[in-house]
Amino acid sequence: MQDETRHGDLLVILRHAPHGSSWLKEGLDVALVAAAFDRRVTLLFMGEGITALLEGQQAGPLGQKGTAPTLAMLEMYDIDSLLVEKRGMESLGLSDEQFMLPVQGVDADRIAELLASHALVLNF
Amino acid sequence: MRYAILLLDAPYTSQAVHSALRFTRALLAKGHVVDGVFFYHDGVHNAARLAAPPQDEPHLVDAWAELAREHAVPLQVCIAAALRRGLLDEQEAARHGKQGCSVEPPFELTGLGQLVDLGLRCDRLITFGP
Repeated sequence: MQDETRHGDLLVILRHAPHGSSWLKEGLDVALVAAAFDRRVTLLFMGEGITALLEGQQAGPLGQKGTAPTLAMLEMYDIDSLLVEKRGMESLGLSDEQFMLPVQGVDADRIAELLASHALVLNF
Repeated sequence: MRYAILLLDAPYTSQAVHSALRFTRALLAKGHVVDGVFFYHDGVHNAARLAAPPQDEPHLVDAWAELAREHAVPLQVCIAAALRRGLLDEQEAARHGKQGCSVEPPFELTGLGQLVDLGLRCDRLITFGP
């Protein structure tokens, strides 16, 4: 887990659940490409996007690849700053023991700081 | 200021494309630099060469092309998102054994790395989406 004061180049905000649309997948693709080009990337899971982190996901019946394998690769890309909106977790009734990766909860004030401190913010 | 535009919605679907076009034109009119427009997610449909809207409706694909020609604004289309959605330039059509192509200059197929570079080298990146 990276320390809280380190500010990255790119903040990717993920707000969509894994299977209903390509938002999550296409958001993660940007994060991976940026990391592959040695950019420091922070991922912020908000709202339904938080469900992407749930353990035990499968590819689903629609022939998609699913996003869990991509999340499992994040460490290989040195993306270790994984943040989750606390309020979203509460409203969905989720706790971090249910997640497949170690994450750090952030409140609204911290999210405001993150938006201000990253050079580039992309919202998916 | 140096601006970049990211467009995530298809034409003739919502207001996003109209807003993006007008905002980009307004920037140029104010003397700002627009370093590029990047088309991603459903935004890649803006590059559809074969779009043929009724004559009494705005032609959004042509509007981007005109803007690019008048102001030398690069129109960059994510290649992975485009190929999935049937948007191929001549080179990609040949590579995939497809007859005809659906993307032509001034739109160019490019990688997502270009989006990150564009966003980081500009003062502002403005996203338009659904």
